Amino acid sequence: MPLYNEPSPLEVKVLTRRFGLPNSASIDTYLANDGYKAFLKAVEMTPEEIIQEVKTSNLRGRGGAGFPTGMKWSFVPRQSPKPKYIICNADESEPGTCKDRVLMEYDPHQLLEGMMIAGLAVDSKKGYIYIRGEYRYLIDHMERAIAEAYSRGWLGKNIQGTGKDFDIYTHSGAGAYECGEETALLDSIEGKRGIPRLKPPFPAVVGAWQSPTILNNVETFCAVPAIIRDGGAAFAALGTPKNGGTRLFCLSGHINKPGVYELPMGFNLLRMIDEVGGGVRNGKKLKAVIPGGSSCPVLKAEECDLAMDFDTVAKAKSMLGSGGVIVMDEDTCMVKAMLRIMRFYAHESCGWCIPCREGTTWLRKILTRFHEGLGERGDIDLMGDIAKNMLGRTFCALGDAAAMPMISFVEKFRDEFEAHLAGSCPFGQVHELALA
Amino acid sequence: MADLVTFTIDGKAVKAPAGTLLIEAAKRAGIEIPSFCYYEGLALQAACRMCLVEIEKAPKLAVACTTPVAEGMVVHTESPTVATARKAMLEFLLTNHPLDCPVCDKGGECELQDMTFRYGAGESRFTEIKVHVDEKQWSPVVYYDGPRCILCYRCVRICDEGMGVGALGIVNRGVVSEIAPNAGDHLVCDECGMCIDICPVGALTSGAYRYKTRPWEMTHIGTICTHCADGCKTTLGVRNGQIVRGNNRDRSGINGEFLCMKGRYAFDFVHSEERLQAPMRRTGDNFEPISWGEALEMVARKFNEVKSRSGRFGVIGSNHTTNEENYYLQKFARQGLGTSNIDHHRTGDIATLVDALSGREDALATTLDLYDSKAILILANDLSQQHPFLAFQIRANRRHHDAHIYVITPGPVREDRYAVRSIRAPEGAELEAVEQLRDALQGESGLVILYGDAVKGDAVRRLVAFGDSLGIPVKYVALVDYSNSRGAFDMGLTPDLLPGYQPAPAPGLNYDEILASPDLDVLWVVGANPLKDHALASPGAFVVVQDLFMTETAKRADIVLPASSAYEKNGTVTNVCGQVQRLKAGAKVMGVKPDLEIMGLIGREMGLNLGIWKPDKVFDEIRSAVRGYNIPVPALAAGGAAATSPLNGRAPVPARPELIRSSRDTLFTSGTLGRYSKALGELLEAPGSLYGGR
Repeated sequence: MPLYNEPSPLEVKVLTRRFGLPNSASIDTYLANDGYKAFLKAVEMTPEEIIQEVKTSNLRGRGGAGFPTGMKWSFVPRQSPKPKYIICNADESEPGTCKDRVLMEYDPHQLLEGMMIAGLAVDSKKGYIYIRGEYRYLIDHMERAIAEAYSRGWLGKNIQGTGKDFDIYTHSGAGAYECGEETALLDSIEGKRGIPRLKPPFPAVVGAWQSPTILNNVETFCAVPAIIRDGGAAFAALGTPKNGGTRLFCLSGHINKPGVYELPMGFNLLRMIDEVGGGVRNGKKLKAVIPGGSSCPVLKAEECDLAMDFDTVAKAKSMLGSGGVIVMDEDTCMVKAMLRIMRFYAHESCGWCIPCREGTTWLRKILTRFHEGLGERGDIDLMGDIAKNMLGRTFCALGDAAAMPMISFVEKFRDEFEAHLAGSCPFGQVHELALA
Repeated sequence: MADLVTFTIDGKAVKAPAGTLLIEAAKRAGIEIPSFCYYEGLALQAACRMCLVEIEKAPKLAVACTTPVAEGMVVHTESPTVATARKAMLEFLLTNHPLDCPVCDKGGECELQDMTFRYGAGESRFTEIKVHVDEKQWSPVVYYDGPRCILCYRCVRICDEGMGVGALGIVNRGVVSEIAPNAGDHLVCDECGMCIDICPVGALTSGAYRYKTRPWEMTHIGTICTHCADGCKTTLGVRNGQIVRGNNRDRSGINGEFLCMKGRYAFDFVHSEERLQAPMRRTGDNFEPISWGEALEMVARKFNEVKSRSGRFGVIGSNHTTNEENYYLQKFARQGLGTSNIDHHRTGDIATLVDALSGREDALATTLDLYDSKAILILANDLSQQHPFLAFQIRANRRHHDAHIYVITPGPVREDRYAVRSIRAPEGAELEAVEQLRDALQGESGLVILYGDAVKGDAVRRLVAFGDSLGIPVKYVALVDYSNSRGAFDMGLTPDLLPGYQPAPAPGLNYDEILASPDLDVLWVVGANPLKDHALASPGAFVVVQDLFMTETAKRADIVLPASSAYEKNGTVTNVCGQVQRLKAGAKVMGVKPDLEIMGLIGREMGLNLGIWKPDKVFDEIRSAVRGYNIPVPALAAGGAAATSPLNGRAPVPARPELIRSSRDTLFTSGTLGRYSKALGELLEAPGSLYGGR
């Protein structure tokens, strides 16, 4: 299976170490390259030891929020008489993010093993992989890997004579971004309309089918085998304090070598663009970067000299998010970029709560008009104000995800918005009304 | 009771039980936190974001509808940040709202209007094109106007949680989300209209009421529904003497927010063009209108004539007329006419129950007990069809208190879905099946048993014996059909029982015997239709009928006297659980008189002295004369319900199981009145009627 992009020599390959091997997705390749060793090791450990190892690794959730994984696992009431579920969130939908698909495509067994170890940690016997509907081919792909694992005794009853049972099923999403929100995902997996649930209770206590549930991102589970195999401390040492391990960064936009690269946490963003990504395309100057998927506040070029870990990016008032690094060059119309982002969120707002449902569409309509050159001076502050009225007041984070970029675009590129008041897009970009 | 916690709200120190939701605790402290989606008793949504408040030390504004109060919490509900947030939410809500208040049914009583006036901005900053979808009709009585909808999901929840129907859902996503029937383009439901009542805006409107009037042009009269026996309060919107609307939006009365489709729409029989509006005299095969004076004189003359020659009277009273009228009628018959041949259509065996329970305190359940009791046994009745409010109470009990519901019925019923046990037993053999539940019921801490007309006579005594043998407190409800079926029994509309279940010294003919009697001289029927399914054996009987319509019985009459319906008169009625409530006159219909007045006038014409025929005066007499009815008047006067007190002493009566016949009305039928309600008639034919065929 050819890789989507050439690996970079700067990569530190932990999760992607089997990428590029012949038949990397097959169980034979997996077993020949340390596959399922971590599971056998974990069988010999107590659940407390497994969770402690994950805590030591400083692994933080790779879905975007960066919550410490070991701590999340420790919230599961293991003594509960209810069944416990391990659910993998493979609803990778954040614009700019494409790491989970390669993890599932090139090394599906690593994900299965991660989920199985999570099962051992909380005494669970069942796992579900919720895969976004648009990843149809990956559902088949994961099904093949699961069938292989069953046929070779790595799933099912009494796995490899350890006395442990574990089953894994896939579940298809139906095309809603909202179902990447963990509780909306749970509703969806239960066959309901995908809308977020009230929290608390959190899924660790009351999750799928009212039972304790561990819900993690694909990349998070994929990091677990390495942590158990080589020890949490070794994984933690790869990154920066409190930000253990490596991370798959998805470089996209106006860059010479777009692709998914596994780099240590804390890798410098400018170096990432220049040395890993081969610099800005066509020798243009860098204008802005969205560091972690479209929901993160944008960074201006001069803000980009920073370490890519959760805490440092947060200090720069943005987010590491889901690792989707979107690079924009000097010719980019920031109004149009913002419009593109807002169209996504207006389309994907589930409609449950008022500020997100109405705010995203209102902003999309203003931006469309504004980019056409039909904006008024008051619109600029209005857009910022609408976004601020949404921020922190919506039911789930989708509203924030739409509001945060809007606020940062207006604050940091106000001059470009003002330039549109002349009556047309100064970058001469395609008119959007025709597309809206 | 949970421990009290102390928290501060707007500078006021307030105590509330731990776990109380902030929005409720604030309300009890006299502080309103505005909300749309929060609705007491229904699932929490946190969708409208109107109830955002500032809690000190919290990173962002919190929604008061899902935040429990905690010790030491400091809450601000009127800070500038909160005011800005509320204003913003209303601005968001109004972006795609059509702002068609001048033509909207809800204008004037709309929560969105009220909130906008109080918390909103003076003008809109929204200058884009609004989302529009066309209005849809989901059933003869339910219309949905999507653009007005604020998506608070109250309708979805009341239908699912409250009614146990679940006919509504959400379709589409984001700004084009809409409420929609789960069946696609029409409702498959009870047509109760709860979704319309609970809608805070004008999105759901009633086919019976829409575009007829503005709310402030009506007088709002709180009275009691005249259909089934549950005794729901309905507020009639009356304009120029016409009833335009029935609802219970202020959640007063024993029924709270509940009303079924009969209480909400089936008032329309009042203004039917077939209403009798002048007294009539038979002329051969036809009738001719005559004046009230002539009619009363003819009736009085006949009554006096038959009385003077000791002829035979038969008097049949009603399940719908007031306690005052029923009391007055039996007094008229016994004292004025000197007959004990008086009865009414009995629909459930109350008399045997009252006797079996005599001397006990607290053995008759009220509608509140149905909401509070830890366990409920429904015996031989399709409660959701025949007693929609009682079924609603039980659903709420299960939802809020996790009550255990047991069902024994011949066929499937809605309660099966949430019953801990459902047993199918052949009709008439339901009582035998209770033994199967003995072990389960003995483990309960209290029980209410509701039984239908299949349990009657000695079976009622066996049921009470079974209840006694359980060793737990048991209360009972004898299910009866109509708005004053219970009151008719209590007021002594039977040949062998005087008011208050006192044995009559000389019992007369009963219902069947009156009709079968070959030598009846006078048959006087007040608000009943016995000849619909019975023949009158006496060919020469002089028949006087007081009714609203030309019923089968009225067609046989010699004199027909047009009577007022329950919505046109004052008085009291007693519901299935023995709760007495007051009727208030709302509608005005020309030419008719309340039955009480008609009786009073006949009596005066006959030269009798039966006392003043004003409802309040007769009720005073009932309070002193009828066992169990010495109830506090202030509660009644304030529009509340007063439970009759238990009887002390036996009420020995022969069991007359053969006389007890429920009409088995469904949600869409209501005896004679139902036949003249266009709303009910339309719904029977609506595609969504769940039970039309049953």
